[in-house]
Amino acid sequence: MKIRIKFSKSGNMKFIGHLDTMRYFQKAMRRADIDIAYSTGFSPHQIMSFAAPLGVGITSEGEYMDIEVNSTGSTSQSIRALNDAMVNGFSVLDYRKLPDHAKTAMSIVTCADYTLTYREGYETDLSYEQLCEAVHAFYDIPEKIEIVKQTKKAEKIIDLKQLVYEFKVLSVEGKPAFYVKVSTGSSDNIKPELVLEHFYKYLGAELQKFTFQTHRHDVYSGSVTEGFCSLNDMGEVIE
Amino acid sequence: MSRPALSDEILLTIDQPARYIGGELNMVEKDPASVDIRFAMCFPDVYEIGMSHLGIQILYDMFNKREDVYCERVYSPWPDLHAIMKEQHIPLFALESQQPVKNFDFLGITIQYEMCYTNILQILDLSQIPLHAKERGEDMPIVIGGGPCTYNPEPIAEFFDLFYIGEGEISYDALFALYKTCKKDGVKRADFLRKAAQIPGIYVPSMYEVTYGSDGCLASFTPKYEDIPAKVEKQLVLDMDSAPYPGKPLVPFIKATQDRVVLELQRGCIRGCRFCQAGMIYRPTREKNVARLKQYAYDMLKSTGHEEISLSSLSSSDYSGLEELVTFLIDQFHGKGVNISLPSLRIDAFSLDVMEKVQDIRKSSLTFAPEAGSQRMRDVINKGLTKDIILEGAGQAFEGGWQKVKLYFMLGLPTETIEDMQAIAELANDIAVRYYEIPKEKRNGKCQITISTSFFVPKPFTPLQWATMCTADEYLGKAKIVNEAVKNQLNRKSIRYNWHEADVTVLEGVFARGDRRVSAAIERAYEKGALFDAWSEYFNNERWLDAFAETGVDLSFYTLRPRELDELFPWDFIDAGVTKEFLKREWNRACEGVVTPNCRMNCSGCGARKYGGGVCFEDQN
Repeated sequence: MKIRIKFSKSGNMKFIGHLDTMRYFQKAMRRADIDIAYSTGFSPHQIMSFAAPLGVGITSEGEYMDIEVNSTGSTSQSIRALNDAMVNGFSVLDYRKLPDHAKTAMSIVTCADYTLTYREGYETDLSYEQLCEAVHAFYDIPEKIEIVKQTKKAEKIIDLKQLVYEFKVLSVEGKPAFYVKVSTGSSDNIKPELVLEHFYKYLGAELQKFTFQTHRHDVYSGSVTEGFCSLNDMGEVIE
Repeated sequence: MSRPALSDEILLTIDQPARYIGGELNMVEKDPASVDIRFAMCFPDVYEIGMSHLGIQILYDMFNKREDVYCERVYSPWPDLHAIMKEQHIPLFALESQQPVKNFDFLGITIQYEMCYTNILQILDLSQIPLHAKERGEDMPIVIGGGPCTYNPEPIAEFFDLFYIGEGEISYDALFALYKTCKKDGVKRADFLRKAAQIPGIYVPSMYEVTYGSDGCLASFTPKYEDIPAKVEKQLVLDMDSAPYPGKPLVPFIKATQDRVVLELQRGCIRGCRFCQAGMIYRPTREKNVARLKQYAYDMLKSTGHEEISLSSLSSSDYSGLEELVTFLIDQFHGKGVNISLPSLRIDAFSLDVMEKVQDIRKSSLTFAPEAGSQRMRDVINKGLTKDIILEGAGQAFEGGWQKVKLYFMLGLPTETIEDMQAIAELANDIAVRYYEIPKEKRNGKCQITISTSFFVPKPFTPLQWATMCTADEYLGKAKIVNEAVKNQLNRKSIRYNWHEADVTVLEGVFARGDRRVSAAIERAYEKGALFDAWSEYFNNERWLDAFAETGVDLSFYTLRPRELDELFPWDFIDAGVTKEFLKREWNRACEGVVTPNCRMNCSGCGARKYGGGVCFEDQN
């Protein structure tokens, strides 16, 4: 049986990298007595895969992993058991059964959305209104936003307009912040900071490292034309 | 969750930020304001190493069970963070509260190996605590050392207010009670230390006067006051079954060296190998009850979620409940995603059977530690393993499908001859010959035999504490002899040979048997940038040689000088259980190549019987 688990990562846990997060959950499954399935062979491992790895330093309320189980309790029982096995900063938000033929989260991710808030000491002089106007001019109006992206092998020209699905200014606790929804996955992966880097460039400024604290909201599959669907909505609650 | 002591900018710049944020599973959280004693427990090496240490987990659990104590952890910041902390004057902090160590009541440092001495100075330096105990003010933490290296604490005595000699489970209650009374009554630091020196197992270096003779040797070591004991007695646990053991050990996020549940089977070793300090200072051998260990295994796997369990002891094959315990672990946990990792067991039918069940034979290797190549040399060090036993074990294993063998030896042992060194290669060849006796169609290609040699370092409280060491060049010459001998073997293509660093060996030798005068060189080396000396990528021998030269400390005095049988050693003020008479007897027998039977065969009167427990009294109730 395939299960999709949604979890959040907050506070100091943002410093725990992707591989260590996986190791953490492997041990948590055992503590919570989840009847997870193991691969066969001499050193069996848990059948578990993660959707879109989160970079170190980023917090999230929409992380996903798919696991395979032999048997399971209800959604609410399993969430409780897992949360009893969590440390401060990791929280299991949902636990749902996937259709048997479901593809892994990893293979269907196309999009994720983020909020970027200013770190103390890196705040902008521009007001919320000024930033709104600038984002409008930078993102909303142009048909194309061509940028040069440095890949491992070569430089590549890409059109941000095609890969950034939303970009807007927010007001968080009276301070300006940014919301972006970007293409995510193995191809055309756009880091949210890249959008801000080019926005700053447009403003005639250079984006300093550490300016923003990035927070991921959710991860989706689908496309602009079909509409995006949260990975969580693809599973059903176990009563 | 405590706000990190380090900024996001720092944490996102350095390697492995998870080393410094705390918050791991089973971490103890208390309100620091609600306790009487704040204790910073430090392992002076990188987090991944320090978190793997069982002793700290035991004491962390034990201290935190007391409501009046909050014990937190500290590890050595890696060089990348070290540089940032020095530059920005960030005080070293404990992981739990993220608050500066300098505001704690105690800073306890476990000292497991000599090459971490500069890391101790780093901890003090980054904590902004004066390096020398005598320079510390009233408000500074009491710096306390413990662990195996404190069986000769003298080279680092200047840096510590006090040392705890022996197993931590015993005297801390008395020390904490004294501290609380003194704190309440406003007793001065020096007066507290004088009172502490009267607690069994507590050694306060500043309470002793040391003089040296014209030959440079220690002439006297005497208490400065009448109420200070002349001998400091090692502390040990006698009732192993009621001793505290952490049912909920900490589980790090990043992969620690020991990323598994560790079950301590016993303390001590019955074998009496003459080079082995652990085998002497942890006497008498004390076993834990099997039923209790089974319960611990279950509880700890449950509370940690670890996927592996391993057994810890100096010689697991001598644990009387081994078969029962291992069978239980396999029956209960194997096949449920729990790996059972076996320590190096004596190779026999039982261990091969067990290994076959829990390991992939094609990948795993057999380990033998004959420690010396010739029977004569093995008799000198009292290592009971014979060539016949090794060939028998290897033969059985080869028949069972194994083809990899690891062999561990020491070079530079007392009375060693060229023939003894060459015998190492010959033994490896004999094992290979045994492999090729198996019909071709029944074996999987070639066998792989790996020889590793380290250089022998004489340790305090061992029969070989009188032994003379060699120069680094002489050590390398010995390795070369072995290497040549390997090349001359018929089965040389099946044998690989690795040898250890010789420069480090010489330094270890100086620290192991040094006196208080050595501390100046350690301090100078730290000032010159020595740090993480146990890591070959950071060890710089030139820097150390310069430090010794500049401080006028003569390495060869400590390594190459022959020691008289009646010489007063810097560590003789410690009563470690084994008597000097016993050690002398054993040293003489070593020189004659006469073996001494193990504790279960025949009592050799080492002195440890006075504790009234353990193997000395087995089958006598």
